[in-house]
Amino acid sequence: MTTKTQTILLDPLIDKNPITFQILGICSALAVTTKLAPALIMALAVTFVLSVSNVSISIIRNHIPNSIRIIVQMTIIASLVIIVDQFLKAYAFELSKQLTVFIGLIITNCIVMGRAEAFAMHNPPVASFVDGIGHAMGYSLILIIVAVVRELLGSGTLLDYTILPLVKDGGWYEPNGLMLLAPGAFFIIGLLIWAIRTWKPEQVEKTEYQIPKQNRSEVM
Amino acid sequence: METYLSLFVRSIFVENLALSFFLGMCTFLAVSKKIETALGLGAAVVVVQGITVPVNNLITTYILNAGALSWLGLPDVNLVFLQLIIFIGVIAAMVQILEMILDRYVPKLYNALGIFLPLITVNCAILGGSLFMFNRSYNFSESVVFGVGSGLGWALAIVGLAAVREKLKYSDVPKGLQGLGITFIVAGLMSLAFMSFSGIQL
Repeated sequence: MTTKTQTILLDPLIDKNPITFQILGICSALAVTTKLAPALIMALAVTFVLSVSNVSISIIRNHIPNSIRIIVQMTIIASLVIIVDQFLKAYAFELSKQLTVFIGLIITNCIVMGRAEAFAMHNPPVASFVDGIGHAMGYSLILIIVAVVRELLGSGTLLDYTILPLVKDGGWYEPNGLMLLAPGAFFIIGLLIWAIRTWKPEQVEKTEYQIPKQNRSEVM
Repeated sequence: METYLSLFVRSIFVENLALSFFLGMCTFLAVSKKIETALGLGAAVVVVQGITVPVNNLITTYILNAGALSWLGLPDVNLVFLQLIIFIGVIAAMVQILEMILDRYVPKLYNALGIFLPLITVNCAILGGSLFMFNRSYNFSESVVFGVGSGLGWALAIVGLAAVREKLKYSDVPKGLQGLGITFIVAGLMSLAFMSFSGIQL
């Protein structure tokens, strides 16, 4: 693997993570992560759509007139999402019920459109495929971390296997209901961003206004 | 009448698209730095949502549903699988038409909303609204109420977040939390506050 492919593949994992750094595709990261199983399915679906759409857009990139490129991209992405949606309805009906509208919303998931527009329109198919896989991995990583925290602390299970026995079943763990609710998802991603930026200080955003430092002696 | 009022209040507060279903999050977090821009975007979402949800409802009832094409003499056709591509097409077309109408007849409003209208096509709150309308099988008048109500709810949430963020500019936030991180925490607290509306029945 050349170094260039390596950067394309591995950069989106932490350094340029789509969710925590580029603010793309947050809706589904928050919505489908109450349990690990739907989060895994969602990650797989996005991986499929993102890599295939990147490749197909990259193949026809020289034939798309600039003025209608958004519509063309939308059509390709929407067709891929329909395939995923029909496939899930046929083979994993229960899970597709749990994911409700969020499979359909992959169409408007900014990661897919964003990568098509920013990368696949200017790069050859193989590089675009690698870019798609890389961003899908970055997205899946965050999805899985958030889902593990929420399912483990919220209901004491992982993939429906009991890890922390609950008090109501005679165990010792009192589940934290907040994790299963909407605010819990916001807090976990917020704290995750804090953790990543403490580890990688170059990601910290500059503020418009900095409170001037004061020494103790001046205040007194 | 009462059911409509209850649906309206529920779609604004209890089932707020942004804070309890996480829809339109990208724009919600990215375009909420100033109250004015948030107001413009919120207004655009209310208008587009109020139009596209009912239009998609009509399309579902008269074209896509199983047996809906019987007025053409095709009672066995079921086009529901085309739903996603049709919905997103309708949304993109509606946004385009709205842009042209506003430009021609209400240039003032066009100048105010101008830059936000194209952004709305890829706002998942709009597509999500239409998909929820289908999943919960609303009829036409319900879908009008739901469209306007959920649009208002989203606008309310983004204006609220923008107001908090404007105040937050002068506070001393820990380094790693600055910007995106603290915005998530604020959105979480707002969604916690909105949860107090759940259980309200009209």
